[in-house]
Amino acid sequence: MPDETSTSPDGTAVPDGLRLGGVTVAYDGSPALRDASLHLPRGEVLAVLGPSGSGKSTLLRAVAGLEPLDDGTVTFDAADLAGVPVHRRGFALMFQDGQLFPHLSVARNVGYPLRLRRTPRPDTAARVAGLLELVGLTGYADRLPATLSGGERQRVALARALACDPRLLLLDEPLSALDRHLRERLAGDLRRILVAAGTTALLVTHDVDEALAVADRIAVVRDGRVVQSGPAAAVLAAPVDAPTARLLGYGVVLDGDAADRVLRAAGRPASPTPVGVALRRTACRLVPAGTPDALAGVVVATRLTAAGARCTVAVADVGELDAAPADGVPEPPAAGDAVAVRVDPAGLAVLAG
Amino acid sequence: MRRTLGLLTLAALPLAVLAVFFVVPVGAMVARGFVVDGTFDPGAVVEVLGRDRTGRVLWFTLVSAGSGTALSVLLGLPAAYVLHRLDLPGVRIARGLLLVPFVLPTVVVGVAFRALLGDGGLLGSLGLDGSATAIVAALVFFNVAVVVRVVGGAWASLDPRAGEAAAALGASPATVLRTVTLPALRPAIASAASVVFLFCSTAFGLVLTLGGLRYATVETEIYLLTRAFDLPAAAGLSVVQIVGVVLLLVVVGRLRRSDDAAAGRAPTTPRRMQGYDVPAVAATVAVLAATALPIVGLVVAAFRVDGAWSTANFRALTGTGDDTALLVPVTEALRNSLQIAVDATWMALLLGLLVALVVTRRARTRTERTVRGVLDGVFMLPLGVSAVTLGFGLLITVARPPLALRDDPLLVPLAQALVALPLVVRTLVPVLAGIDDRQRQAAASLGASPARTLLVVDLPVAWRPVLAATGFAFAASLGEFGATAFLAQPDRPTLPVVIARLIGTPGGTNYGMATAAAVVLAATTTVVMLLVERLRVPSVGAF
Repeated sequence: MPDETSTSPDGTAVPDGLRLGGVTVAYDGSPALRDASLHLPRGEVLAVLGPSGSGKSTLLRAVAGLEPLDDGTVTFDAADLAGVPVHRRGFALMFQDGQLFPHLSVARNVGYPLRLRRTPRPDTAARVAGLLELVGLTGYADRLPATLSGGERQRVALARALACDPRLLLLDEPLSALDRHLRERLAGDLRRILVAAGTTALLVTHDVDEALAVADRIAVVRDGRVVQSGPAAAVLAAPVDAPTARLLGYGVVLDGDAADRVLRAAGRPASPTPVGVALRRTACRLVPAGTPDALAGVVVATRLTAAGARCTVAVADVGELDAAPADGVPEPPAAGDAVAVRVDPAGLAVLAG
Repeated sequence: MRRTLGLLTLAALPLAVLAVFFVVPVGAMVARGFVVDGTFDPGAVVEVLGRDRTGRVLWFTLVSAGSGTALSVLLGLPAAYVLHRLDLPGVRIARGLLLVPFVLPTVVVGVAFRALLGDGGLLGSLGLDGSATAIVAALVFFNVAVVVRVVGGAWASLDPRAGEAAAALGASPATVLRTVTLPALRPAIASAASVVFLFCSTAFGLVLTLGGLRYATVETEIYLLTRAFDLPAAAGLSVVQIVGVVLLLVVVGRLRRSDDAAAGRAPTTPRRMQGYDVPAVAATVAVLAATALPIVGLVVAAFRVDGAWSTANFRALTGTGDDTALLVPVTEALRNSLQIAVDATWMALLLGLLVALVVTRRARTRTERTVRGVLDGVFMLPLGVSAVTLGFGLLITVARPPLALRDDPLLVPLAQALVALPLVVRTLVPVLAGIDDRQRQAAASLGASPARTLLVVDLPVAWRPVLAATGFAFAASLGEFGATAFLAQPDRPTLPVVIARLIGTPGGTNYGMATAAAVVLAATTTVVMLLVERLRVPSVGAF
C-alpha cells in the first residue's frame, strides 16, 4: 500500500484532512466495519468502493457521527471528532435519494443550512441562486421536491450540501438511484462541481465507473475491512486480489498456469512466483487461427451486444475467454470455428497480492 | 360497471346491517324531535338550541374536548417518540399497557378517577373530585394512547435520513425536530388530534360518572334529556352532534389521504438512546406514571374496606349488593359480558373484514374510487355518532314491531359490534392496503382463483391483524356502555352496566363492590390488550 502523505505535489504542507485510524463499528455485537484506516487529504475526492453489505455505508455514517465507534479514531485536520455531535462537525451528507425536505421549496431546501447559520436574507437568496446555477437548475427555486425528477432532486440535494461550504462532503451512493444515461452525465457534473469548489469529499458507491468518474482516490471495502486504498489509477492497475479485481470491473481472473500462459501471450514476462492475472472485458481480441503470439482456441458461442459481436472461446490450458472480433474481421465466427485470441497487455493487471 | 356491482354485492351485508341497525335508529331518534303529532315542526328543536343550558353544554363540550385534545397531543408526542423510535427495555410492554386505558370501560375510568380524587383517595387532598379539571384529566388519560399509536406509527416509519441530512448540515436535535420531523409528522398529528377531539367530545360514561349534573357535554345531555323524555331537545342536540361529527370525519379522511401520500416511508429499526433523548424519556415515564396512577388508586380502593386491607369487596361480587341494588350477582354480569362480547366480536369481525376488503381493492375507475371512499367514511360513522342516540334509537325502532328484537339476545352484541366496527376496519385497512397489488396479480397469472389468491397472498399478511382486531373488538365490546345502558335487559346486564348501577345506588358496600368489579373488568381487558400487543400489529388503535 503506498504511503499516505500530507504534502501536496509541490511539496508544501496542506491541512491534514480526514483520517480514520483502526475504526470498528458493530451493530448488536456483530462488527460491520473492522479496523478501518484511511486518509483523505483536503481538496481530494475519495471513493469508498464495495459491494452491498460490505460496510461502506457504515464507514460513511461513522465519519458523519451517526454511528458510535466501538474502537479507533476519526480525526479531521488532526482534531479528534470523538464526542463531536453530527451537527457540529461541519460536514454535509447527501443520500442516494436526496432526502429533500418535502414541505420546503427547492430554494428553501438549498437555503436550509444557511438559515441554520442565520445568514442575512439577501445573502441567502444570492447564494441559493448561485448554487442553483452551479447545479444547472436556475428557475427551479419555487418548485416542490415532489415535482422534480430523480436527477433534479439529486442536483438540489448537492446544492443544499454545498451551501454552507462543508469541510467534508459525504456522498452515500449519490447517483445509484438514477438510470445509466443520467448517471454518467451527472457523474461528470459532480466531478466538475467538486473540483471547481475545491471540496473535500468522501463518496460511497458500488459502481466502479461512478468511483472513477468522480474520485481521485479509491478505497476498496469488503466484509467490513478496507482491503486496498490509494490513488485511483494505482488501485485500478494493481488490484490486491481476485474479488477486488472483479469489483474494479475486470471480467476474468486467472491464476497458476493459465495466468502464466496469458502473461506470455501478452508479451509480459512470466512471474517467478505464481500470481493472479485479471483481464478487462476489452483485453481479448479474436484473430485468425495461427496468428503468432496468440492463444489458439475454438469458438463455443457467439452473441450480439450493443457494442458488436462477442465470442466465448475455449482456450486449451486457460479456460473460456470472452473476446470481440478484431477490426476488419467481416463476419463473426460461428461456434466450432478454430480461432486465436490476442491479449492486449494494457487490458491486463497482475494482482498485487 | 360489473366491478362496481361486485363491490356493492360484497358491501351488501355490512351496508344492510348498518342501514337497519344504525341509520334507521339514529334517523328515527332524530325524526322524533322534528315530527310532532305527525307534522314536521322544527320549532321545538330550534327552541332547545336557544336555551341557556344548551349553550353552556355546547361550550363545555368544546372547551373540555379542546383542552383534552391539546393535552393529549402534548403528552402523547414524547411518548410516541420514545415508545416507537428508541430501543429501550420494556418499550413493548409500555406500548401495550398504554393502550389499556383506551379500551378500559369508560365507567371504570370514571370509578378509577373518583377513587383517586375522592375522599380518602391517593390524591383526595387536591379537592378535584367532581371538577372540570378531573373530567379533562380523565379524557387525557383515555386518549393519550391514541396519539401515541397514530403519531408513533407514522414516526416509526419516517425515514430517519432526512433528519440525518439536516443534522449533518448543522441542525441541532431540537432544530431537526422543529424543521424536519414535526413538519413530516404534521398530517399524523392533525389526524390524531381530530380523532381524539371526536372521542373527547362524545365521551359519555366518563363525563356522566365524573361530572354528575354539574358538568354535562352534548353526549350526557342527550342521555339526560332522553331520560326526561324531552325528545325534541335530545333530537336537536343529536342533530348538532351528528353534523359536527360528520364534518370532523371528513377532515380526518382528508388528513389520512394526505398522510398516505407523504413520501419517505420506510421501516426503521429503533435506535439506542442518546443524551438529548433524556427529556423525552423523562416525559414518557411521567406520562406512564400518571396513567398508572388512577389504576393503582382503583386497585387500592378495591382492596380497602373500612381502612384495612381486605378482599371482602371481591367476595361480595357473588352477591347482589346492599339493598339488593342489583337483580343478578356481579359474577353473572361478568358471564353475560363475556358471552355478549364473543357475539359482538364475531359480528364486528365479519362486517369489518367485508368492509376492509371492499375498501382496499384497487379501484380502476373514478366512480369505483368514489364509491370506495364513501363506504370507507360511512363505516366510520359509528365512531362519532352518540352511542346514546344509537342505543335509544334502537330501542324505539328495531325493538318494536315489525322487528320486535327487544328480547333477542343478539341485539346488544349487534349494537356493540357497530360501535367496535370502526376499530376493526381501521386496524385491517392499512394492512390490506399495504399489500402490493402486483402480488395478487402474480398469483392470478399463475392460475390462482380469487379465493385462492386471498388465501395465498392476503391471509399470510392479514392473519395477525385479524387476530389483533378480534382482541381489540372483544375488549371494546367488554367495556361498551353508552348503547348497552339502553338495550341491556334488567335481568341480563353487562359488567359496565352493573358497575354504573352500583355507583348510582348509595349504600354500604356498593361503592366497594363497584371498585372491585371495575378491577375485574380492567384486568380482563388488560390481559386481552397485552395479548393483542404481542401480535405486534402497528395499526391497532391507529386511525
